[in-house]
Amino acid sequence: MTISTFRPETAAQAADAVRWALSNAEPLEVLGRGSKRGLGRPVQAAHAIDLSAMTGIVAYAPEELVLTVRAGTPMAEVQALLAENRQQLAFEPPDLAPLYGGAAGEGTIGGLVAAGLAGPRRIKDGSCRDHTLGFEAVNGRAEVYKAGGKVVKNVTGYDVPKLIAGSFGTLSVLTEVTVKVLPAPETSATMLVLGREPDAALRVLTQALQSPYEVSGAAFLPAAVAARSGVAAVAGAGGSAALVRLEGFGPSVTARAAALRDELGCDGVLDAAESAALWAEIRDVSYFSAADRPLWKLSVPPASGPAVAAALQASVACELYLDWGGGLVWAAVDGGDGAEAVRAAVGANGHATLMRAPESVRASVPVFHPQPAPVAALTQRVKASFDPAGIFNPGRMHAGV
Amino acid sequence: MKMPAPDSGVIARRREIVDRLRAIVPGEGVIVDENELRAYECDGLTAYRQLPLVVVLPSTTEQVSRVLKTCKEMGVKVVPRGAGTSLSGGALPLEDGVLLGMGKFNRILEVDFDNRCAVVQPGVTNLGISNAVAHAGFYYAPDPSSQIACTIGGNVAENSGGVHCLKYGLTTNNVMGVEMVLMDGTILRLGGKHLDQGGYDLLGIITGSEGLLGVVTEVTVRLLKKPATARAVLLGFPTNEQGGDCVAAIIGAGIIPGGMEMMDKPAIHAAEAFVHAGYPLDVESLLIVELDGPAAEVDHLIGRVEAIAGQHGACYSRVSRSEEERLVVWAGRKAAFPAVGRISPDYYCMDGTIPRKALPLVLQRMQEMAERYSLRVANVFHAGDGNLHPLILYDANIPGELERAELFGADILKLCVEVGGVLTGEHGVGVEKRDLMTHQFTETDLEQQQRVKCAFDPDGLLNPGKVFPVLHRCAELGRMHISGGKLPFPDIPRF
Ligand SMILES: Cc1cc2nc3c(=O)[nH]c(=O)nc-3n(C[C@H](O)[C@H](O)[C@H](O)COP(=O)(O)OP(=O)(O)OC[C@H]3O[C@@H](n4cnc5c(N)ncnc54)[C@H](O)[C@@H]3O)c2cc1C
Repeated sequence: MTISTFRPETAAQAADAVRWALSNAEPLEVLGRGSKRGLGRPVQAAHAIDLSAMTGIVAYAPEELVLTVRAGTPMAEVQALLAENRQQLAFEPPDLAPLYGGAAGEGTIGGLVAAGLAGPRRIKDGSCRDHTLGFEAVNGRAEVYKAGGKVVKNVTGYDVPKLIAGSFGTLSVLTEVTVKVLPAPETSATMLVLGREPDAALRVLTQALQSPYEVSGAAFLPAAVAARSGVAAVAGAGGSAALVRLEGFGPSVTARAAALRDELGCDGVLDAAESAALWAEIRDVSYFSAADRPLWKLSVPPASGPAVAAALQASVACELYLDWGGGLVWAAVDGGDGAEAVRAAVGANGHATLMRAPESVRASVPVFHPQPAPVAALTQRVKASFDPAGIFNPGRMHAGV
Repeated sequence: MKMPAPDSGVIARRREIVDRLRAIVPGEGVIVDENELRAYECDGLTAYRQLPLVVVLPSTTEQVSRVLKTCKEMGVKVVPRGAGTSLSGGALPLEDGVLLGMGKFNRILEVDFDNRCAVVQPGVTNLGISNAVAHAGFYYAPDPSSQIACTIGGNVAENSGGVHCLKYGLTTNNVMGVEMVLMDGTILRLGGKHLDQGGYDLLGIITGSEGLLGVVTEVTVRLLKKPATARAVLLGFPTNEQGGDCVAAIIGAGIIPGGMEMMDKPAIHAAEAFVHAGYPLDVESLLIVELDGPAAEVDHLIGRVEAIAGQHGACYSRVSRSEEERLVVWAGRKAAFPAVGRISPDYYCMDGTIPRKALPLVLQRMQEMAERYSLRVANVFHAGDGNLHPLILYDANIPGELERAELFGADILKLCVEVGGVLTGEHGVGVEKRDLMTHQFTETDLEQQQRVKCAFDPDGLLNPGKVFPVLHRCAELGRMHISGGKLPFPDIPRF
């Protein structure tokens, strides 16, 4: 139960709130607008710090490819601004709010960076961490500090922005972030290869990814999942769909699509509008948003995606699909939490995160992948180097972290 | 440049240290002979030299682990080294420290085209990776100019870039995993053939940590398919301002070229005199824009770039029509450093990044500084990402010139920070820019970074004296002074 919520409007106020928490030994739940509160282990904290009042664009120079914003700025606002300038966050941030029962477009940029998520374009353009250039934050000593820079190329000092991206508010309270922004593609197209078994579909995806055609999305939807797509050509395929996305300048997409169509033996091509709709579904895991089943995200070597998926399905009832050329398995589990089966399927070659589950499950099952002892010990020390008293989001990632 | 005071107690125990290292790495893997140690006395920042206490060349991860553990037990400092091409003194030895050379880790362990990655040892050269996969049309994208010599371990430590990193990313964007050893001998694996790590991005903080956090013993890198074609456009402008505006307009039009390099007049003249690439000599600013990808895309974009250049006052334009012509366009840029080396006995290469819009101002202020210091400067510039390489021309044989060049260089870097940029875009802080760190970061900023160091190496034994201007003990950094108990600032909005 949250007793009180600090809602700072400046970094100095955020530091004051942290100083109060520190001097009272009271942990703080760190929130943007709370759209991803359902992601991670439940946080036991009577007090919260809510960054949603820290909004606004600090600096945006499209031709410098850099955007600096206050951490509580809604993603909807950031994306609208970028769209006006025909730019985007190239890592294709997913909007997972609907998975947790929220409305689309709810999140903040600080929350996005803290969660470190990326969409289908991860395979080509990297993740959130690859585009987080710098930040200002309050550490667990109530000090306002900055790290990284406000230019696209910088190796001055440790790359702390990487560490902050994906740290789920356990290291510092972000007050401002600087991200790299890139031109949005002029157009896109998606090649469809229908009715393949997972192994054969993987060969299609691999062949596409081994081509020089700069594939920016490579996913496989088994028949039951494909049937749920809002894109008619996919839903009506009557079987599975292997999907390969091309993006870029018009003449380039046309030429690459023509070449790949022959090389892959495509059954059809989606135009830019259908393509956008389809990859938004894949990105936001829309296929599994309705039901309340535990949802897992498995990151594995791409070539082993189908084998991992098969192993998982052999040990627990679940529905799944593959993204990232086979390297990402989204699995919605029926009956139980699926933790043992998921982690056995991944083994030592990757990691799995419980992206959605009832609070009681997230309290009892490791939400983030259990770490080998030396990595876990280092993780604890890194946590303590930012937040020695353990006041930020205690236990959100691992017990004690 | 002041290095941490050598520990005479450690130097006095040299024999014991050597014996213990020999028990781990037999035979020629431990070097004590002064003549042989000379080969390790400096890296690419040759103005700084220091013989190491001893050099050890392990060949297995287990040996690295035992060396580090032993050094920690004995309280001995360790400096990791790859090929020694660092331009910032990152691999500068310490008089009381062991130099840990990674040269024997020179094998490519696995090439995995299905997962589009390669697993290599850290002593493999950057180009060695691309060469090993070229038969299948793949390559490793980051391409520092030193790629024939520099190692992937050094690249990871420095987060190195190259002319193609605007489009394809720096080392950090192309490394998927490492095996590494902490100062206490702990062996860790971070990442691998899958994406991301499922916890803190420890791989992200290791990359670019300049050998201060751990010794990298294996690297998994991302492989890319070579673009089908590449063509270069050579553009000349009457002013630096117009050249800079053209770069902004190209990016503003949504085009991210494979490479976009700029040279100022002194650099153009030096390069042309050296390699005769046919560069125009009557322009103030020369821009190379390389477009790569499918032929249809490249042709389309060449047309757009030429049109943009025309609108921005380009007075010279040449498009490569064959691979040979493309290489000629690049020849002058690629030879820019040695070309400058020909017109001056010595040169000092700087590496700041600026917001591109500040380019005309920075070039003008740099010219004023050049006059003040009575030294010449030539500029090559990774124009796409704002990474500036001013080359300061001097003669080390003239007393005082090296010192003047260094002061000039420091002023340039301070200027980069002043206009909103950073001290280093790809060469690293090392010893060279260490004492300038306070111009970019506050004391609090630097203390937080040093606390991260404490999480990896609490005794501060790994590569000390680099990156941070003031060395604090971890115990001191860990102290916390919190007073009160009541909410001291009741005016924070709460509900
Ligand atoms: C002519 C020339 C051109 C250059 N061009 C570029 C360029 O275009 N772009 C660019 O970014 N750089 C460039 N450099 C700089 C340099 O080549 C890079 O910084 C390179 O990555 C250094 O690699 P190295 O193997 O020589 O490392 P070293 O110089 O031996 O070491 C560099 C740093 O890495 C650490 N280190 C080395 N190996 C390991 C390991 N296995 N584990 C942990 N730490 C380690 C060392 O302690 C040191 O701090 C250039 C240098 C020269 C001389």
